[in-house]
Amino acid sequence: MINSTIEKFKAYKRGFSINKKHKMIGWFFVIPGALLIFSFYFYPIVRAFLLSLQGGVGNNLRFAGAANYKRLLVDPLFKKSLFNVFVYLILQVPIMLTLALILAGILNDKTLRFRSFFRTAIFVPCATSLVSYAIIFRSMFALDGFVNTILMNMNLLGEPINWLGGPWTARILIVIGLTWRWTGYNMIFYLAGLQNIDPSIYEAAKIDGASAFDRLTKITIPMLKPIILLTTIMSTNGTLQIFDETKNLTNGGPANATLSVSQYIYRLSFEYVPRFGYAAAVAFIVFIIVAILSFMQLKVGDER
Amino acid sequence: MNKQKLFRASKYGFLIFISFCSLFPLFWMFVAATNTSVDVLGGTLIPGFNLIENFKVLTANTNFYQAMWNSFKYAAVTTLASLLVSSLAGYGFEIYHDRGKDMLMKVLLLSLMVPFAVIMVPLYMLFGNLGLLNTTAGFALPTVSTAFLIFLFRQSSRNFPHEVIEASRLDGLTEIGIFFRMFIPIMRSTYAAAAVITFMNAWNNYLWPLIIMQKESAKTMPLLISNLTAGYTIDYGVLMLAVGISILPTLILFLALQKNFAEGVTGSAK
Repeated sequence: MINSTIEKFKAYKRGFSINKKHKMIGWFFVIPGALLIFSFYFYPIVRAFLLSLQGGVGNNLRFAGAANYKRLLVDPLFKKSLFNVFVYLILQVPIMLTLALILAGILNDKTLRFRSFFRTAIFVPCATSLVSYAIIFRSMFALDGFVNTILMNMNLLGEPINWLGGPWTARILIVIGLTWRWTGYNMIFYLAGLQNIDPSIYEAAKIDGASAFDRLTKITIPMLKPIILLTTIMSTNGTLQIFDETKNLTNGGPANATLSVSQYIYRLSFEYVPRFGYAAAVAFIVFIIVAILSFMQLKVGDER
Repeated sequence: MNKQKLFRASKYGFLIFISFCSLFPLFWMFVAATNTSVDVLGGTLIPGFNLIENFKVLTANTNFYQAMWNSFKYAAVTTLASLLVSSLAGYGFEIYHDRGKDMLMKVLLLSLMVPFAVIMVPLYMLFGNLGLLNTTAGFALPTVSTAFLIFLFRQSSRNFPHEVIEASRLDGLTEIGIFFRMFIPIMRSTYAAAAVITFMNAWNNYLWPLIIMQKESAKTMPLLISNLTAGYTIDYGVLMLAVGISILPTLILFLALQKNFAEGVTGSAK
């Protein structure tokens, strides 16, 4: 009897130690990935904060306290770049997400003809790089470009519109570009979400006499809420960080009317006389804005 | 009945309009690539005969072959390294999960909130100190491990049958052996999805190489096309050819593996 107890204890101990051993081995699986993320995301954030407390030009940095942050408050270019990205955000994200939702709703219909063609066609802009599509749009909307030529040939325009030359036409061009590039991407998320909704819910609603609009607002949107939230957060973050498009479509112009915050940080660090400390302060403010907005969206999403 | 027909027709009209808007800029780009700059500005929509001439000008005036090779090399290395590191971590987080690892995963997910513009200056300084400017490692390292991919692989590891692990252990496979011999082959569709996304992101990356690839011989395709627009007079035929060539690999990859791509972008959201 003692023997069997010892056997059981050994077996118990072995089982336990194997389990513990496995959990130890598991750490070796996750540590390389975790270390890289700590080194290239979290460590630089801390560095950015420390850097933002330093003043000076190039590599001659010395502690300056909150001087950079004070300067931010009166920097017209910083305010302008912040204004610009909020213009993109407020104009573009609602238009794009509504369009994506409508398209997903139409394409979710299994009886629709040429369904996969439409889906591919709308999704295809995602295959283009941001630089490439920015340059295509810039070329099409150039003063002597395709769009003006066609509009003038059709006698819709007397003289060419300087799309890239006016502050609001340039901003709208960026909004059009962003919508072109990302609508299909968001649509794919909604399509994936719609496929998880049981079709019998719609059947039941139809029998009860719910209109198409009712079905959209009472079934589709509530059921898709988590995905709508996710796409809103992703688009908000993406828009606040916009760089490739403003650099290649308008290069921040005219007169900084399309300059984004990321591009401003880039200019402060790599185009003007490098002021890394000040650039880091701008960057840190962006980080805080992104964090606050995401947090707010999560809160609002939770309540509804 | 009539109303319903009208609704149906307007639905198709809307889809055709949106599809046209989506495809037209790409169609225009390929047409422009085959025409002279003068014809492009004249508003032509018919493919021309200037493709070879445009290609000659492109290869004569830029480091085209070098940039293509660099883009390919950087993207391939990034993809391979990132699939290995991220899937290893994702698998580890799911299969050997305990409280400590679950906590760590949550912390890692916070990195998704970090805007690249915020960390680019400290990263640039760090990589300068490490001597990694103008190198493949310099290009790849910040994106080798991403919380997005780790999360994707963690979610897909849930579908990996535990019986396979138990049976492999009985057969004497080591834990790392199970990962390489069992997990990778069984999960190849997840790997395909992750590979498409990672390759496309790396191929299209602009801001990071713009900062760290300062030598002419280290530049990538996005940098090359961006530079083509810097001149005073732009040759639109040549420019659109360069854009077209840089889009082609990702376009083919995208059309061939569209399903995997869609799975990849939405996979972690489920």
